Amino acid sequence: MTTETRVGPLETEELISGSEAIARACALADVDVITAYPIRPYDTVMQFVSKLIANGELTCEYIVAESEHSQFEIVKHASAVGARVFTGSSGVGWFYAFEALAVTCGLRLPMVAMVGNRALDDPGAFGCEHNDALAVRDLGWLLNWAATAQDCIDTAFLAWRVAEDPRVFLPCAISTDGAFLTHSQQIVKVPDRSLVDKFLPPYDRGKFQLHPDNPITIAPQVNEDWLMEIRRQTDAAMRRARDVIIEAHQEFVDIFGRGGDPFLEEYMTDDADVVLIGMGTLALPLKVTVRRMREKGHKVGFIRVKWFRPFPGPELLELLPRFKAVGVIDRDYSLGSPLNGGVLFNEVRSIMYSAPERVPIIGFVAGLGGREITIPSTRQMFEITQKAADEGGTDQELHWIGVRE
Amino acid sequence: MATYAVEVVYRGIFQKSLSRNICRSIVLASRLEGKIGTAFGRYGDSPERNGIPAKYFAVVAGDPVELEEYLAQYEPTEVDVSIVVDDTLCKGVESWAWYGLQPINALTKPDGAVLVTSYQEPEQLKEDIHVKDQPYDLAILKGSKSFSGLWVYKDDHTDVRILGALARICPDMVGLDSYKEAILQQWGDQRKVTSAERAFERVRRSPVEPGEGNPAEPFSFDLPGWEVMEEALVIPGIEPGGGFRGGEGGFEPVRSSVFKKFSTRTMRPVVNFETCTKCTLCWLQCPDSCFDVTPDGLYDANMEACCGCGVCEDVCPVPDCITMVGEEAFSDNDSQHDHWRRDRDDYMGWLRDKIALGKSETRSHGFHHVGQYDEESQTVEVGYDD
Repeated sequence: MTTETRVGPLETEELISGSEAIARACALADVDVITAYPIRPYDTVMQFVSKLIANGELTCEYIVAESEHSQFEIVKHASAVGARVFTGSSGVGWFYAFEALAVTCGLRLPMVAMVGNRALDDPGAFGCEHNDALAVRDLGWLLNWAATAQDCIDTAFLAWRVAEDPRVFLPCAISTDGAFLTHSQQIVKVPDRSLVDKFLPPYDRGKFQLHPDNPITIAPQVNEDWLMEIRRQTDAAMRRARDVIIEAHQEFVDIFGRGGDPFLEEYMTDDADVVLIGMGTLALPLKVTVRRMREKGHKVGFIRVKWFRPFPGPELLELLPRFKAVGVIDRDYSLGSPLNGGVLFNEVRSIMYSAPERVPIIGFVAGLGGREITIPSTRQMFEITQKAADEGGTDQELHWIGVRE
Repeated sequence: MATYAVEVVYRGIFQKSLSRNICRSIVLASRLEGKIGTAFGRYGDSPERNGIPAKYFAVVAGDPVELEEYLAQYEPTEVDVSIVVDDTLCKGVESWAWYGLQPINALTKPDGAVLVTSYQEPEQLKEDIHVKDQPYDLAILKGSKSFSGLWVYKDDHTDVRILGALARICPDMVGLDSYKEAILQQWGDQRKVTSAERAFERVRRSPVEPGEGNPAEPFSFDLPGWEVMEEALVIPGIEPGGGFRGGEGGFEPVRSSVFKKFSTRTMRPVVNFETCTKCTLCWLQCPDSCFDVTPDGLYDANMEACCGCGVCEDVCPVPDCITMVGEEAFSDNDSQHDHWRRDRDDYMGWLRDKIALGKSETRSHGFHHVGQYDEESQTVEVGYDD
């Protein structure tokens, strides 16, 4: 029961959620193997994948595993034989698969996973927090945060393209904020298969493909004689991913006519004095607040980090020094970390150590457990950051916003 | 243009598809007028247990920037129309993620509307709907508590009938012609278009003045700050309880003062204290410990605790001692035992009246007898005759 309105010769319009958009992308990318295990809010993508299969719109091996651990193991092995794969999870489900998540990177087996961002319970909670996806940040996963349902479908094509590039061969997770993306339906432009085919070449593992005609062994015991070199190889792949992402983004914009810059989305930053930085759907209230504050003459702007791994260090290092103060919003926590700040805050501070001049950087922990990041709270964050700009620094570098005192 | 928002208040999980269909259709129809919108369910309602009050929203704006402006506050704080697809929800709703009882018209804008599918008269519904200090319209579309959209049930056209009524109540959001086109695009069924047209003609509206309605103060609860809350996720156990109404005899369990969940109820037990044999079965089997033991050894179903499951009626060995009656028949949660003690004859008359009025005719989560839903949906004014 979808009303499809043709908006151009090569795309249609649908009213779908971010999860449904990613399932659509699976069909358009001709994914071979999909594994699943239900956990909210990721399970929304399962429902739509099942529907597409039932409707004959998607042909693939669809395996509902007996746990997330098997779920991620199965796609890992499928990827080894050259199958394009899709999987995903949320919160503690993602953590249940942690062993599989960790080994996939070293084995250089590309997969695309959707993380429906969810708080790590107990206490029972399904609301959005970014700690689930961020937990793999050190392991070699490419990590991307989507902001809209349109972003979800677009990012999915990019994810396969980058992950399956022979220079990279790494897994990629698309983070979709639980509820805000997974459970709300927006108008999405769905491209024609011909456009996707033009952008996304078939997955070719070449000499690494596990096949009877190509007898190889994967993942032997290595220990201290080999492992450090393997880690260095994975590191090199992650470093190469930067250029692959830039290249893929450029081609995406050429073919689909949208997409913007690869790593950062800048909103009214050109003449801004202070900016806030964040990931995911919090971009929406931030943009509205920027517009409203600009109407009153405040020079404020917003930067959305699209790729968290590889981290857009060079881009931020070039961009941020021109502002008078920078605020970083984390929908996550990193307890006991430097300044007790969130993950993104510490990463931004770290890269800014190389800046010729120190800009005051304030950290905000907000929107945990799916709590809304409201217009008043975004204004509060701008005001705190502006104050640091006016005074050339601050005594309090970390604030919890929206917590009940 | 202005940005419009509507909410559909429904009973999870059975009415979820119905609510989703309504909200999606609004957005799809608005698109045909060059507008843009979004449709989403309130995430905090999940997972939806049987009968739990839940919400779905649709927002329609003139362009993407207007939509962003509105959605920056994700969940609407006021709506043009509050749609209610089960009239017992008019007594107020307590979602399980939301402490306190919310009046059904809590989000309705001044001069907005509450649109209810119901066989009740406006005056009856006004006894349930809490007072508001702003005027609004109460619109009634004749209909039952529909399960339409749930694949195992008959499509009684409630989804499109709501759309037709909306075109009448809130024509500037989306017009009737666009709804009709969207209905045809989605379902390809001319009869559903006719149903929408009939609803457009037949929806009845009556103004509700400030201060008019149920004067009861809905119970509420302030969420504590992080420094006050108990640490380590510990929730203190509830005391076992004591004597009936704090006295010497009987027994009354202590209950949560912040989470009552009685708005899940669509029917309630009425008890004939004259025939009760004090066998204890209702008290033992009630999953919500809703029965208070009176000093004379009777069992008084506490309406601040009863979720209306009907187990007591099933286990009661005495014919017609406990009878489930549709919630529409009641406008308060008063103690039946108090009433009986006060005036036995009056109580027995009240009991007969209530049973005559609404013996188990409507259940939003489970039916009293096989074929009940079909019987009810026959009476709906759909766009075809069969």
